[in-house]
Amino acid sequence: MTSQKNPFRTFLTDWGPFIIWGVILLLAPMVLSEFRLNLLGKFLTFAIVAIGLDLIWGYGGMLSLGQGLFFGMGAYFFAMYLKLESGGGRLPDFMVWSGMKELPSIWQPFASPVFAIMMVLIGPMVIAAILGFFVFRSRIQGVYFSIITQALTLIVSISLIGQQPYTGGTNGITNLSTIFGHSLADPQTQVALYLSTVIILGIIYILARLLTRSRFGRLLVATRDDEARVRFLGYSPVTIKTTTFAISAVCAGIGGALFVPQVGIISPAALDVVPSIMMVIWVAVGGRATLVGAVVGALLVNAGQSAVSEQFPNIWQYFLGALFIGAVLLFPQGVVGSYRMAFARWRARGHSADAPEVEESPVAGSGRLAQEVVE
Amino acid sequence: MVGWLAQLFNGISLGSILLMISLGLAFSFGLMKVINMAHGEFIMVGAYVTYVFQNTFADMLGGVDLGIWFILSLFAAFIITGILGVILEVGLIRFLYGRPLDTLLATFGVALVLQQAARSIFGAPNVQVVSPSWLSGGVNIGIMVLPYKRLFIIALVIVLVALIYVYLNRTAAGRRLRAVMQNREMAAALGVRSRQVDALTFGVGAGLAGVAGCVLTLIGPIGPTLGTNYIVDAFMVVVLGGTGSLLGTILAAMMIGIFSSVIEFSTTATIAKALVFVMIVAFLQWRPTGLVAQRAR
Repeated sequence: MTSQKNPFRTFLTDWGPFIIWGVILLLAPMVLSEFRLNLLGKFLTFAIVAIGLDLIWGYGGMLSLGQGLFFGMGAYFFAMYLKLESGGGRLPDFMVWSGMKELPSIWQPFASPVFAIMMVLIGPMVIAAILGFFVFRSRIQGVYFSIITQALTLIVSISLIGQQPYTGGTNGITNLSTIFGHSLADPQTQVALYLSTVIILGIIYILARLLTRSRFGRLLVATRDDEARVRFLGYSPVTIKTTTFAISAVCAGIGGALFVPQVGIISPAALDVVPSIMMVIWVAVGGRATLVGAVVGALLVNAGQSAVSEQFPNIWQYFLGALFIGAVLLFPQGVVGSYRMAFARWRARGHSADAPEVEESPVAGSGRLAQEVVE
Repeated sequence: MVGWLAQLFNGISLGSILLMISLGLAFSFGLMKVINMAHGEFIMVGAYVTYVFQNTFADMLGGVDLGIWFILSLFAAFIITGILGVILEVGLIRFLYGRPLDTLLATFGVALVLQQAARSIFGAPNVQVVSPSWLSGGVNIGIMVLPYKRLFIIALVIVLVALIYVYLNRTAAGRRLRAVMQNREMAAALGVRSRQVDALTFGVGAGLAGVAGCVLTLIGPIGPTLGTNYIVDAFMVVVLGGTGSLLGTILAAMMIGIFSSVIEFSTTATIAKALVFVMIVAFLQWRPTGLVAQRAR
């Protein structure tokens, strides 16, 4: 069917919505107030994290409860640079309070923005690759992987609190005021940060989309659905899973690094048990194994949270609890998955009466895969 | 030498607390393979049951110091959280068997709801439960003082393990439970109501979490987020022990407890926690199924 279509039209139906939404997001600074724009920028950094999580969970079937760790790493590494820059050569305030005399050697290289950005990318990747290699090598699967990633995140969080002179303890790294010589309080800096977030989100989305459509992406889904068969066919599930885990970690790290300058603070609370599970619900609400779903879910849940919790903080947590239960029990396909299934069914009915319906499947995303095969 | 003995006692004490919070999970996660993220909140509910008992029944039952209310609250916590567990199994978890990751998320939703409910009822700040007077102080054995509270927890966990052993191995209900967990179809074919057994097993697991919550009131103040502090530890214990094995859970809890306090003795608590984690992951490289592997059938 595809070959008969005009290639330009195919491209347009394929990437059209992406381009339209990209333009809308890029134009948002002209309409939104400073406060709302800052909020949206923050949510978009979460969307980057969600894309990474979707790759490993939606496509790879491995539920990582450690994305908060990688988010935190990215955020902390970048905050270290921002803190040193804001201080203008002086010792960071929390070090002074802890009685430190000079900058510890692990902090020194972070005076360079290039080094900090490199660490944002490499740090999460290396940790994820090491942990992933050992975990996947011993064929620790499913829930065990979730528990181990969760435990690691919690331990790093405890360590950050414990090493007050080096990390700022419970308060984290605060009072970040400048980035690359520009004041963070300046609206123009915030707009620039917002636009960078949109562009980076766009790039990561495109890369993730190309990845899922590549040979590697198909292998990843195959590993999710039947790991043993993939192994028997001569591929290495360990390599596939470790690579994906590392990629998702880098996404989370980038999200964290973009989050920090827009919020101006990072604390160990980001590495607690709860934030990492919250990231999972973004993807679940949007629709597993649909990259758009990850973005939509991150935006929807966070917008809902800020809309409801500002006025009724108590109701929000009940609502959130219900959302978790509903997301798995009632609509496992998520918003985007459900929409796509409804659309596919509608199209099937419209074109021929006896067209086969797209079956509901307990594994989210397989509806979409079935659809791809049909096309 | 004295220092090492003290560390050993601390280790056993910590291990008994870890075992306390993991016993319930050994049922729901170990036996039933249900990833119950609400386990921590069951502990929290048990703790609040104790708090309510102290406030309402202590005066009737001879005052806070006498502690009859505390003993009764152990049973009450078991029954109340047990019923809560049965409700959760029948109302939610039943629909999610075979989808472990979804169970994880759904039960986390339940955990959020329970946390917020506790916050609405009892308020966000922590509350303190006053321990019975006979649990304050300790026995002096010459080289060190063993606190009565710690000894009580160790004794209680031994009693619980003994009761569980008898329940699993010497009662008809326990045999049915093991039969269903080992081979569901066969057990069902032989007339065991497997659905009922599921609900009961989950209820017992939840009830044990309630008892753990009751015990945790002896250690420190309690709050709506009490459970989240313990859930990860509890999971690590069951994973290290190997699912489906009570013996494994006991060994794992004691190992983690003793290792932690020995390492803590020469370094800090955070380094101890990190090292124990690394050791667990390293151990799983060697034996992915945990300390005591369930025989494959």
